[in-house]
Amino acid sequence: MTTPRTLSEKIWDRHVVTPGVDTSPDLLYIDLHLVHEVTSPQAFDGLRISGRKVRRPDLTIATEDHNVPTENIDQPIADEISRKQVETLRVNTAEFGVTNYPMGHEKQGIVHVIGPEQGLTQPGMTIVCGDSHTATHGAFGSIAFGIGTSEVEHVLATQTLPQVRPGTMAITVNGELPEGSTAKDVILHIIGRIGTGGGIGKIIEYRGDVIRSLSMEGRMTVCNMSIEGGAKAGLIAPDETTFEYLKGRENAPTGADWDAAVADWKTLPTDDGAVFDEEIIINGADITPHVSWGTNPAQVMAIDALIPDPSTMDDAAMADTASRALDYMGIEAGAPIKSVKVDTVFIGSCTNSRIEDLRAAADVAKGRSVAEGMRTLVVPGSGWVKAQAEAEGLPEIFRAAGFDWREPGCSMCLAMNPDKLQPGERAASTSNRNFEGRQGRGGRTHLVSPAVAAATAIAGTFATPADLV
Amino acid sequence: MKAVRIVSGTAVPLDRTDVDTDQIIPSDWLKQVERTGFEKGLFSQWRDDRNFVLNQEQYSGANILLGGINFGTGSSREHAVWAIQQYGFDAVISPRFADIFRNNCTKNGLIPATVDAEFSAALMRAVEADPTLEITVDVERLTVEAPAAGLETAFPLDASTQDRFLQGLDDIGITMQVVADIDHFEAGRNSWLPTTS
Repeated sequence: MTTPRTLSEKIWDRHVVTPGVDTSPDLLYIDLHLVHEVTSPQAFDGLRISGRKVRRPDLTIATEDHNVPTENIDQPIADEISRKQVETLRVNTAEFGVTNYPMGHEKQGIVHVIGPEQGLTQPGMTIVCGDSHTATHGAFGSIAFGIGTSEVEHVLATQTLPQVRPGTMAITVNGELPEGSTAKDVILHIIGRIGTGGGIGKIIEYRGDVIRSLSMEGRMTVCNMSIEGGAKAGLIAPDETTFEYLKGRENAPTGADWDAAVADWKTLPTDDGAVFDEEIIINGADITPHVSWGTNPAQVMAIDALIPDPSTMDDAAMADTASRALDYMGIEAGAPIKSVKVDTVFIGSCTNSRIEDLRAAADVAKGRSVAEGMRTLVVPGSGWVKAQAEAEGLPEIFRAAGFDWREPGCSMCLAMNPDKLQPGERAASTSNRNFEGRQGRGGRTHLVSPAVAAATAIAGTFATPADLV
Repeated sequence: MKAVRIVSGTAVPLDRTDVDTDQIIPSDWLKQVERTGFEKGLFSQWRDDRNFVLNQEQYSGANILLGGINFGTGSSREHAVWAIQQYGFDAVISPRFADIFRNNCTKNGLIPATVDAEFSAALMRAVEADPTLEITVDVERLTVEAPAAGLETAFPLDASTQDRFLQGLDDIGITMQVVADIDHFEAGRNSWLPTTS
């Protein structure tokens, strides 16, 4: 009788090429390697210098997302250094025989949006990318994690990675979410609970009724922010929702292969009696719409609450960190966060830029107008998402309400392309990080769901759709 | 990477928790395609403040960086490690490192020494009191020592990483030695797994 195993243990075991001895790492096979222009130049250079080739171009896919502008994309990229970096990816992928989807191509988009929508992300796989939000793909029941440039080079050269087996953590969200709460609120709440270091060294498996009730896009939102809790990766066991999403998708297996694949995927969920290193149980009813108030993703609060007050905190170090954060963010302890004025709203990013996110925002925007002076960006996650949104008439709804509809890319998530905050500007953003200067030097970032972002754009202060009635 | 056995020198006491990768190297710097030139980007936003610890004269010339808990939290950007090394640091000491950052350190020969919170605080105070305090990080013995302050502790490094540091070994070269195993594994993969071309 074999020992019961968790989902992540099963996936890990089946990918070990050579096991590590004592404390040395296992050599893990990588089923899919996603590449973008920012973390790959030095890796391809390394291959060139050592005379090596890409071992499996057919398991590698590239796209341009971080640097690309989200308007006037028919023109050359204005920023010289960005242009050079994007061109370098084009040269590298052509030279090494890797497929690249360039700016303007219908299959181009944010790297963690294009993989799943093209059916490349499937259960039971190992997936890596030189980007920390690679955990997104874990929504399909795969082990997906971010790697640095040296590791990108290693995967390109060998299609493997030496990796120390991580620990396991189960986060179970039971019951039902209250009306108005979304997948984004679930993960914001979780990060608030476990802290930015809570998941260090572990793969988080998200379980429970609330998680099961989420669509694939909702599950991607949850898994996406696993890294903000310090985790190695985050995943959700595949089920009928997963199979439904994949069936008929471009790179999904078909015919007898489909049946074989599904039969295999059904063996993946965590066995009864399997033991996790750590377990946390959360009541879904506790998860109301959230917003971040500070300068790391664990500094979150219910949008109906008052901004935390450092003078009431027992832990001196925590109080100090909170004070510094409130100072940077320019908000007042003890004030209702709904009283805080916002000047910028960004709807986009690998966390929330898929069709369901855009529908949720459009639902709120319909028949309303953005507040006076409000700057907005609505950025679809990929060419395919953009096309679908157009087919559903969403851009017209956004434009009629005064929202600015853009082209696919990472956009304002991080200040690497023209979409940035100026010092002192305050954004309600559907992205995943609110570090100091993340969206632009001196910029103030508050993380929210698409529905809250849209409602906030209309109200001019932090708001939920319910507040607009 | 270059072999690393012992790092000795003075330190910069960056007494902040959750020092994230956007602070270590802001996103703008990631646009570069070269592997060098990141020293100017290290903590570039914080460095605009004259009082920031890196700007303080008494700590100049230091080659060891002391940080608070959750050092390197955030992105997978290896540029964070390059910036720290290119500025002149050979070791970072903290009560806890974010995983990806720590891993990136080990690919570049930057020593990530995890020490307990008490030791970290004591070392910060000792350096603030005496910026000339000599600290030694020893990869062979896996110790951090500051004898003049009466401080000494062990730090963890798994055997294979320690080996790579001491011998200056390149991960890819090591893996290439077992390429037959990779061939063998590939032959056994399910045929219905997706391909990109």
